[in-house]
Amino acid sequence: MNSSQNRQSRPIVEMRGITKHFPGVLANDHVDFTLYEGEVLALLGENGAGKSTLMNILAGLYRQDSGEIHIDTKPVSIQSPRDASVLGIGMVHQNFMLVSTMTVAENIVLGTRSLSFVPDMECIRTRIRALSKRYGLQVDPGAYIWQLSVGEQQRVEILKLLYRDVRILILDEPTAVLTPQESEELNKVITQMIGEGKSAVFITHKMEEVMTFSNRVQVLRKGKPVTVKKTSATNPQELARLMVGREVLFRLDKGPSQLGHVVLDIQGVHTIDDRGYPALRGIDLQIRSGEILGIAGVAGNGQRQLAEAITGLRHVEQGRVLINGKDLTNRAPLEIIRAGVSHIPADRISMGIVGNMSVAHNLAMKGYRKPPLFQVGVLRPRRILNFALRLISLFQISTPRPQTEVKFLSGGNIQKTILAREIDACRGLLIAGYPSRGLDVGATEAVRKRLLEQREAGNAILLISEDLEELYTISDRIAVLYEGRIMGIIPSHRTTTHMLGLMMAGVEYGSLPEELKTNTTS
Amino acid sequence: MECGMHLVFEKRESRSRLAAVLVPVASFFASLLLAAILLLITKAPPFFTYAAMFRGAFGTWANLSETLVKAIPLMLTGLGVSIAFRMEFWNIGAEGQLCLGGVAAAWVALFWAGGLPHWMVLPAALCIGALAGALWAGIPAALNAYLNVNETLTTLMLNYVAVLFSEHLYYGPWRDPKGYGFPGTAPLPETAWLLRLTGRLHLGIVFAFVLAGILWFGFSRSRWGFETSIIGKNRTVARFLGIDIPRTILFSLFLSGAISGLAGACEVTGISRRLQQGLSIGYGYTAIIVSWLAQLNPIAVLFVAVLIAALSVGGDQVQMSMGLPAAVGLLLQGLILLPMLAGALFTEYRFRLIHENALSKLRAAAGKEPSK
Repeated sequence: MNSSQNRQSRPIVEMRGITKHFPGVLANDHVDFTLYEGEVLALLGENGAGKSTLMNILAGLYRQDSGEIHIDTKPVSIQSPRDASVLGIGMVHQNFMLVSTMTVAENIVLGTRSLSFVPDMECIRTRIRALSKRYGLQVDPGAYIWQLSVGEQQRVEILKLLYRDVRILILDEPTAVLTPQESEELNKVITQMIGEGKSAVFITHKMEEVMTFSNRVQVLRKGKPVTVKKTSATNPQELARLMVGREVLFRLDKGPSQLGHVVLDIQGVHTIDDRGYPALRGIDLQIRSGEILGIAGVAGNGQRQLAEAITGLRHVEQGRVLINGKDLTNRAPLEIIRAGVSHIPADRISMGIVGNMSVAHNLAMKGYRKPPLFQVGVLRPRRILNFALRLISLFQISTPRPQTEVKFLSGGNIQKTILAREIDACRGLLIAGYPSRGLDVGATEAVRKRLLEQREAGNAILLISEDLEELYTISDRIAVLYEGRIMGIIPSHRTTTHMLGLMMAGVEYGSLPEELKTNTTS
Repeated sequence: MECGMHLVFEKRESRSRLAAVLVPVASFFASLLLAAILLLITKAPPFFTYAAMFRGAFGTWANLSETLVKAIPLMLTGLGVSIAFRMEFWNIGAEGQLCLGGVAAAWVALFWAGGLPHWMVLPAALCIGALAGALWAGIPAALNAYLNVNETLTTLMLNYVAVLFSEHLYYGPWRDPKGYGFPGTAPLPETAWLLRLTGRLHLGIVFAFVLAGILWFGFSRSRWGFETSIIGKNRTVARFLGIDIPRTILFSLFLSGAISGLAGACEVTGISRRLQQGLSIGYGYTAIIVSWLAQLNPIAVLFVAVLIAALSVGGDQVQMSMGLPAAVGLLLQGLILLPMLAGALFTEYRFRLIHENALSKLRAAAGKEPSK
């Protein structure tokens, strides 16, 4: 993406023989890692390959069991994020480290060393605005974090690092939460920073991103370094093979849909968001049994509110939500769950899982109300355990034991845990919010297969996704959401990226040029 | 390959059961050591002091029964607040709930005993006492569940209201005219006396044991127990899962308050046998320490309550026998919590020595499939 790869630059970070061990796992096994000044290095690997661990060591969150770190060719000991910050190292984590009840500006200056006892917030805001403008990171310094979309929160995280004059920027799967457009913008931001002599590490498991973002790529597999290559000297297929250790299938077989009765019927639904602004403005859609309806759109255009309105978590101001013909508008979430609705929430850490409870209990959180897990008035621990063991093996959740607390699992396995629970409980309608977000190739494949299985089984599926590839491959129809309205619903075999792109930008299907509508892809 | 060992401080995969038992015990002994330093400063021989305290608390049947008498309200209020704490609902209002429970029991016994069959007076007094505690806890519960009012403040404030109200009653309208001006109501009729097993040890201890058993079962095996635990750990997830949070909070706090109310009713009908000063002496606050030390385990609450009661009774004894301040007991009480909270770290983390060859074994295990 820029020409620095040809420049003979000096190593800015060198990690040698890094070994890090967690209970039962060797996360990093003698990993060598070099980052040159002014480059973007992609760190590629599956879930649990040790990418985040390695970078967390560099960022001072973990300490290595053995191995050494050199910054600017001098050996350093990084004991804490503060040490890392002094060395100019900053990291944007996969799960943002923001205080949601504080403003953007407050979050940005929180923990900076130069902060005076009574900070001059106006001066700080001015500086933040200047940084925003310079890097094109649009965000209101006075807004509260909880009011922001995930994409905006990420901008805050990046601003936080820029504010601290970080010169080594680590991004942990930054695009997992972004739309194609936002990724594009992120790319611009990174390019500009590299141009200013900063360096970046980009953790990812998506091959396309390696190709667009990076100068060099290092592949990790099961904690071990596999290879380091110039990006220009490799291709996605080779990377996928290096990462997984075998050839990967990119296509899924989808049978013709066996449409049944209307399961979900949404009529003119209006809702407001947390700030009180309209989020959905008259949504009409239907999903039949045996059908997957994909929702495309830039995040923050009402996707979350749509899922919440159906599941009873958000008040429907106007309109009706019918499930299997029964009006369940604004009913208690439990009543909607009982009607057979399952929900894989987009915000899985805060909504989907209780970190301090065991994997087994988390898996049982939908089934505990009825037999076999609950019988003659009491919970059955043995049955809960067996139930959990079954789901763990079925969904290949890698956990030391069913009793292990969920917070100890990797992001991908947490996602699998939620998926397992919700799919198992599904009796009619499954709402899947970004189900493969943050998952590696193998796990993504598995998730999509599960969704197709549910479709075969006659369930209706609402698939919210930002991955157009995913929407094409598994949904039967795609609806595009823009500012709380549906721009059009099109059979997925008749959509094109160009068409979706226009609709995601607010062009209604009816106003699309005729040649676009007729020009179908295979 | 380099040789040698690494000492790592790492997170446990899951909470250790052994540590969960060992930590409180070790903390207790650590606090004895800490207090020993303070005792040495006051020129009291620590070992003899502890021995005297132990004898004072458990040495004779009379002392043991006194210790248990003190433990009963701690057990009951400890169980009560454990229910609320499980949901991270910070009910620090056990004192007020206990106090109103006592007032309500006295009210039944003093003013309704004549109109009720003899056998019904005591059960009615206990039930109304529990009900009063339940309703008193229900106010902050409802405010929190429906209006999101901070429960810590409301439960604390309502304590003052309850305690002052009870004082108003036995200083004012309910004061015994034949009491020589002594603040307190007339003695309760004998029909309202709670059965005493030995000495002053009353039936309340049986209530505490039975309730602890029921709660233990309820926490681990009922849907309610599962739901309260989810609510406590993550309210957003609880809502997502369709758990009726307001209803669960209300129900649980009724129960929590009822048990504390029962504690008060037992004190009035079992110990003082009238409403008078001395009902509110901080049991409801000590209950917070009890439930915390017991890690919200109802069975452990029973033992911890006895321990705390023993410190208090033993402290009184050394005051008499060794001329030491009774505060020694209180001192120990306070000092226990400190190592306990610090020790809680070890239920989640552990120190471990790793040998290089153990590392290579792990390495071999990790590299099983992909290595070439």
